[in-house]
Amino acid sequence: MTKSKWLWGIPLWILAIAFLAPFAWMISTALKPDVDAYKIPMQWIPNPFQWDNFSTVLTGATSVLPAFGRSVFVAVLRVAGELITATMAGYAFARMSFKGRDKLFLLYLATAIIPAQLLLVPRFIYFQKLGLYDTLWALILPGMFTVLGTFLMRQFFISQPAEFAEAARMDGANEWRVFTRIYLPLATPVMSALGILAFVWSWNDYETPLVLISNPDRYTLPLSLTNFVDEQGQIAPGLTMAASVISIVPVLIVFVVLQRRFIAAMTHTGIK
Amino acid sequence: MATATIATASRVRTEKAPGIKPSGWIGFLFIAPNLLGVIAFTLIPLISVVVLAFTDWNLVSGLGGITFNGIDNFVAIARDPGFWHAIGLTLVYVVVSVPLTVVLGLALGIALNRPLPGRAVLRAIFFLPYIVNVVAIGMTWLMLMNPKAGLVNQVLDAFGIQPGWFASSHWALPALIVMAIWGGVGYCSLIYLSALQDAPAQLYEAADIDGASAWAKFRVITWPSLLPTTIFLMVTLIIGASQGFGLIALITAGGPGDATTTISYYMYQTGFQFYRFGYASAIGLVTFVGVLVLTLLTWRAQRGRALND
Repeated sequence: MTKSKWLWGIPLWILAIAFLAPFAWMISTALKPDVDAYKIPMQWIPNPFQWDNFSTVLTGATSVLPAFGRSVFVAVLRVAGELITATMAGYAFARMSFKGRDKLFLLYLATAIIPAQLLLVPRFIYFQKLGLYDTLWALILPGMFTVLGTFLMRQFFISQPAEFAEAARMDGANEWRVFTRIYLPLATPVMSALGILAFVWSWNDYETPLVLISNPDRYTLPLSLTNFVDEQGQIAPGLTMAASVISIVPVLIVFVVLQRRFIAAMTHTGIK
Repeated sequence: MATATIATASRVRTEKAPGIKPSGWIGFLFIAPNLLGVIAFTLIPLISVVVLAFTDWNLVSGLGGITFNGIDNFVAIARDPGFWHAIGLTLVYVVVSVPLTVVLGLALGIALNRPLPGRAVLRAIFFLPYIVNVVAIGMTWLMLMNPKAGLVNQVLDAFGIQPGWFASSHWALPALIVMAIWGGVGYCSLIYLSALQDAPAQLYEAADIDGASAWAKFRVITWPSLLPTTIFLMVTLIIGASQGFGLIALITAGGPGDATTTISYYMYQTGFQFYRFGYASAIGLVTFVGVLVLTLLTWRAQRGRALND
């Protein structure tokens, strides 16, 4: 048993190390002078070791910190907005009754399969008309009201017993109390899964700001990584990689701290 | 996601939540915040994209410059060599990258399902590329695949090949495929892992008693029980591969020449570089309907298979 464990383990670990090579290269390049970036043979351990790239990227003229702040701002509002609106709507679709509920939900499902890319052209035009083009609100607002989040929350609430609500109503609780006191506490695991997905999605989004943001002063983090490429398309290796490392850290922290929940979120919904 | 959505849609009508007390208009209040946002930012844009597809409009002419031109855009698409070139590239990209990612993900999932030293860490490592933003990944690979001094060609030098990668019109698409596989294998292996944990244990025990070979067990038990997962992954990856343009916009801008102008990048280019909004909307719509039909066909094929088993 132990022997076969290592028989499979060793090749898999070698493969895993090969898989990590791009990340190792990223960190190594971030920590060395640019002249060593393309050295042949590859120099994995920087010599000399230097943190200059990180200090330039953090405090220099092209600091990524403002973009980092904007990404946090966008992600926080998107996650909070999506959690609030999706939880309420998902609950109502599952546990409340009103005219046309199921028809409305079918309409929701129909729009859930529309890819965001298809909507970029009309959103581009709208946000220009509304004066929201080239503002962070163009990234935040569509992310606050999602069909996918509502769908996930409805699937959860429909699996919860209706008897709780009936008993509470019998005791005179109003609908808002039934929702906030009884069902909402049960939904914490699903909400955290949805929150993780929404955060990663928002944090990594590159295509939406590419189309809807043009002023470099309003770039979110992924876009700001392109600041270290000059007009000829020459990449400054050290700075770009240092900024890339910084852009990965928040997602990595969420991933490491909430690994179990993170993986459950990814595997149960099959969406990124 | 699409398959899950379709599965739910077929259930919604028959599913009667038991014991719901009529609460009239209050339910609407709960839905209102989300509904209004969805109408404003999804439904209206969706209707607009359908309407725009039947117009000739570019940014320069302003809102007053919109003219309806019937099905002209669709006729033009049918005759547009750029469109068909992009469709062909997308098909090559999908047909090569999706099955490879799924098969490698399956092999990895099965391997990771065994007792292994540091299994949780291994799982996390393979999954890592999936959660990193496309710019950090793109920039890294662009330098790794530098034709002269990149690490990839340093390694390949031992085999006597020096692909030009993103600088070569022959190698740019394969380079994107390599990146797609690297990025997607860990995700597939995770999905397979969770499916493997539900695999029917008694069947494996029975097969062991009969002295079945490992291959026979895989073919007769594992593969059929994983079929829904395989279909789900294929559909998800096909949709993903036909929609994303971020990586291409970042690394190759569709080039060299038009060697990596896939359909999603072609639409992006038409809309946001040439500002031909009407034509871009039509391309987006045609692509979407095509992918949707493909998804539904895959879904039906799977249901047919499941009924026969």
